Amino acid sequence: MADEKSISVEVVYRGIFQKTLAQRICRSIVLASRKKGHTGTAFSRYGDSPERNGVPAKQFAIVAVDEIELEASMAKYEPAVVDISVAVDDTLVKGVESWAWYGRQPIWKPIREGGTLLVTSEKTPGEIVAQSDRTPKPYTLGIVPGGASFAGLWVYKDDHTDYRVLGALAKVAPRWLPLEAAKQAALDLAKGDRSAAASVQYGYDATVLRQVGAGEGTDGHEKLQFTKPGWTTMRPGIVVDARKPGQRNPQYKKYTARTQRPVVNFDTCIKCTMCWLDCPDECFEVTPEGHYEVVYEACIGCGICAQVCPVKDCIVMVDELKFADNRDRWQDWKKDRGAYNTWFEKVSGVPADPKAAAPASAAGGDD
Amino acid sequence: MVVDVKTRETSEVETEQLATGCEAIAEAIRLADVDVMAAYPIRPYDGVMQAAAKLIANGKMDVEYIVADGEHSQFEIVKHACAVGSRVFVGSSGVGWFYAFEAIAVTAGLRLPVVAICGNRALDDPGAFGTEHNDSLAVRDLGWLLPWAETAQEALDLALMAWRVGEDRRVSLPVAIGLDGAFLTHSQHIVKIPTQAAVQRFLPKFDLGDRLLHPDNPITIAPQVDQDWLMEIRRQNDHAMRQALGVIREAHADFKTIFGRGGDSPFLDEFMTEDAEVVVIGQGTLSLPMKVAIRRLRKEGHKVGLVRLKWFRPFPTEEVVRSLGRFKAIGVVDRDYSFGSPFYGGVLYNEIRSALYSQASRPAIVGFIAGLGGREIEQPMATEIFEKTEAAARTGLPAGDVCHWIGVRE
Ligand code: SF4
Ligand code: SF4
Repeated sequence: MADEKSISVEVVYRGIFQKTLAQRICRSIVLASRKKGHTGTAFSRYGDSPERNGVPAKQFAIVAVDEIELEASMAKYEPAVVDISVAVDDTLVKGVESWAWYGRQPIWKPIREGGTLLVTSEKTPGEIVAQSDRTPKPYTLGIVPGGASFAGLWVYKDDHTDYRVLGALAKVAPRWLPLEAAKQAALDLAKGDRSAAASVQYGYDATVLRQVGAGEGTDGHEKLQFTKPGWTTMRPGIVVDARKPGQRNPQYKKYTARTQRPVVNFDTCIKCTMCWLDCPDECFEVTPEGHYEVVYEACIGCGICAQVCPVKDCIVMVDELKFADNRDRWQDWKKDRGAYNTWFEKVSGVPADPKAAAPASAAGGDD
Repeated sequence: MVVDVKTRETSEVETEQLATGCEAIAEAIRLADVDVMAAYPIRPYDGVMQAAAKLIANGKMDVEYIVADGEHSQFEIVKHACAVGSRVFVGSSGVGWFYAFEAIAVTAGLRLPVVAICGNRALDDPGAFGTEHNDSLAVRDLGWLLPWAETAQEALDLALMAWRVGEDRRVSLPVAIGLDGAFLTHSQHIVKIPTQAAVQRFLPKFDLGDRLLHPDNPITIAPQVDQDWLMEIRRQNDHAMRQALGVIREAHADFKTIFGRGGDSPFLDEFMTEDAEVVVIGQGTLSLPMKVAIRRLRKEGHKVGLVRLKWFRPFPTEEVVRSLGRFKAIGVVDRDYSFGSPFYGGVLYNEIRSALYSQASRPAIVGFIAGLGGREIEQPMATEIFEKTEAAARTGLPAGDVCHWIGVRE
C-alpha cells in the first residue's frame, strides 16, 4: 500500500508475447529492493493462465520492510490497489479486458490516488492521456521511451526493456529501488554485462513524468461493465447462452487484445472472401455489395486477414492508438469514397489508388 | 412435477420373476423406457450388460445399446446422450468405475441425471471380484446420489426411484446405485415386476427444459470459468443435493402408493429396533447375516437391532440422528476402508460420528471393518460385532474411539 512499509507494483502486459518481460520486471523489482534489505514477492495473476495471445494480463511485485508487512500486503492475492502500474505496451492504455468476465477496465483503475502509471512508448504524454479513460483521481504518468517489446512463449527479446523500466521505477520509487540497487540487480541478472546498468541509467534519465489531473482523459471508450450473477441467478448445469447465428458475444469483446487494426481499401478489394474465411474470430460482415467490413468490437488485431488478402495494401494493419473508437468504417466509404480514401491514406500511409505514387510517410502496412 | 397417483396395481398385473440383482436392473431399464445405454464389461456390473442384451435380442426392449472402448468413453457417451435429452443408463465396477472417473466427475458438475449402477467390488490390485464399497464411495463428494440396494427387488425399485429423483429439475444430478458384488448382482431371488403403465405413472418423461442441448436452443455447456464463477457453480450443486432429500421423500411416498412397497422411511430400514439398546448400522446386503444374528441373540435376551441405511448421498442426517439417538451404543459396519482416517475407521463410521457430534444424546459408536473383498460375514463375526458394541454401551463414549477389523487373520 501507499504507506511507508510496503509498495505494490503491477505490470500490465500482452499475454504470451510479453509474459517473460513482465516476469523479469517483477522479479528484478524484488531482487533490486532486496539489495536494500527489503523483502518481497513476485507473482502472476493465476486467472490469466492459460494466457491468450495479446489478451491483457497482469503480474505483480510487492516489496515490504519485513515479512510481517509483506504478509499484510499479500493478504489479497490480487492487489485491488497498487502504487505503481507499468503498461509495457502503450495500446493497453485504451483499457484492458482479461479473458475472464471482467469487462473493460481503465488502465488506471487499480492505481491509488497520486500513484504512478509508467508506459513504455514512443508517444508523447499528451497522446497517451488522450487515449486513457477520463480519471476521477490524479496520478503521475511516466513515459519510458521505447516501443513495445514483443516476443513469444519460449523466446525472449533481450532489448533491455526490463532494465529501462527498472530505471524508471528507481526514479519514481527511490525509497524502495535506489538507482544503485537497481543497477546492481540488473548487473546480476545480465551476468555482469555493463550495458544492463547503462540501460537502467537510461530509463532513469529519459523517463518523462507528467501530472495527470482528475478529469483528464477521454470518454470515448466503451463502458463494458457487468454484475456477476449469484448462484441463484446463474443458469444451472454450467450452461450459458450460446450466440445465435450472426450474434456476437456481448460479454467478451476482445478488442483490447489489439495493438494494430486492419483497415480495408474497399476500392481495390476483389471480393475474394479470403479475409472473411480466415479471420479466426469471424470479424467480417458481408456488405450489400459483397465487400467485407471489419467489426472492430470483435477484432483482436491478429493480422491474418492482411496476410491472406491477395491484393497488395488492400488490408493494412495500423497502430491502434491512431483510432478513438470501434465504429465500422464501411459506412464512411459508402457515404463518400473520396473522403474515405483520403482518411485511408492518412492512417495507413499507403496510397488508396495503387497506380498513384506512395504518400510521403509510410506508417505501417503489411507486405 | 405432476404425478398421477392412483391406487396400487392389483397383483394380477404384477408379474414375478426369479432374477439376479443385475437382471432386476435390466427389467428396470426396460420399464423406464431408457433411450441410451453404454456398456463395457467388468465383473460384476457386466451381469446387467448381458441381461439387457438378452431383453433386446428377445424383442422385449428397444434401447440404443452402445458398447464403448473403455469405461471413460462409456460414461462420456451417456453424459452426452443425456445432455441432448435421452434417458440413460450406465454402470461399472471397481477399477473400471475409476477408469471413468473424469467423466463421472463432470457428469455431476454438469447436473446431468445419468443413472448408473456400481456393482461394488474390490479395487485391483490384488485382482479380486468381491464386494467392497470403496468404488462407489470414491464419488461421495462429487454430487452423485448414492443409494444402496439390499435385494434384487430393491435394486429394481431403487432404479425407478433413481430416474425419478435424478431427473427431477430441482435435483438434476446423477445417481449411482450400489449393488454388492456376487451377494446381490449374481444371486437370484423372487422379484415383482410392475407393469409399464404403473411405471409410467410413477416416472414422468425426462425433460431437461431450457438446458436441452439442441439446435433450436443454442446454449454452451461447460465453458472454461475462473474463480469468479466456480464457487457459485459449486453452491448450485450443494443446493441441488439439499433439495434431493425432499424429492426422495416425495418420490418414496408416490412409490408406496403406486407399487405398495418401500417401507416406512425412504432412508432407513429398521429391524427389531423398537426396544433395542444396541444396534448395528450398515448398507446393502450386510443386513442378511445381521438379521440372522439378531434373531439368535434376541433369543438369548440381547436387546439388539439393525438399522440399514438406504441412501448414503444425500446423507439423511435428520433421520439418522433421530433414529440413532435412541440407542445406548451403535456398531457401524463398513464394507470399506479409509486408511489414515480419524480412529482408522471406515467411511460410514466417520460420517455417522460426525452427524451425531452435536446431539444432546449421543450413543457410543464403535467402528467395524468387515467383509472386505466379498468375504462372508459369518455368524461368529456378527456375534463379535454385537458383543463389542454391547461392551461399549456399558463403558460409554470413549469406547468408540477404536475401530475393529473383524474376521481378519492375525
Ligand atoms: S486482424 Fe483481421 S483476421 Fe485478425 S481478428 Fe481482426 S479482422 Fe480478424
Ligand atoms: S481478402 Fe482482400 S480482396 Fe479478398 S475479400 Fe478480403 S479484403 Fe477483399
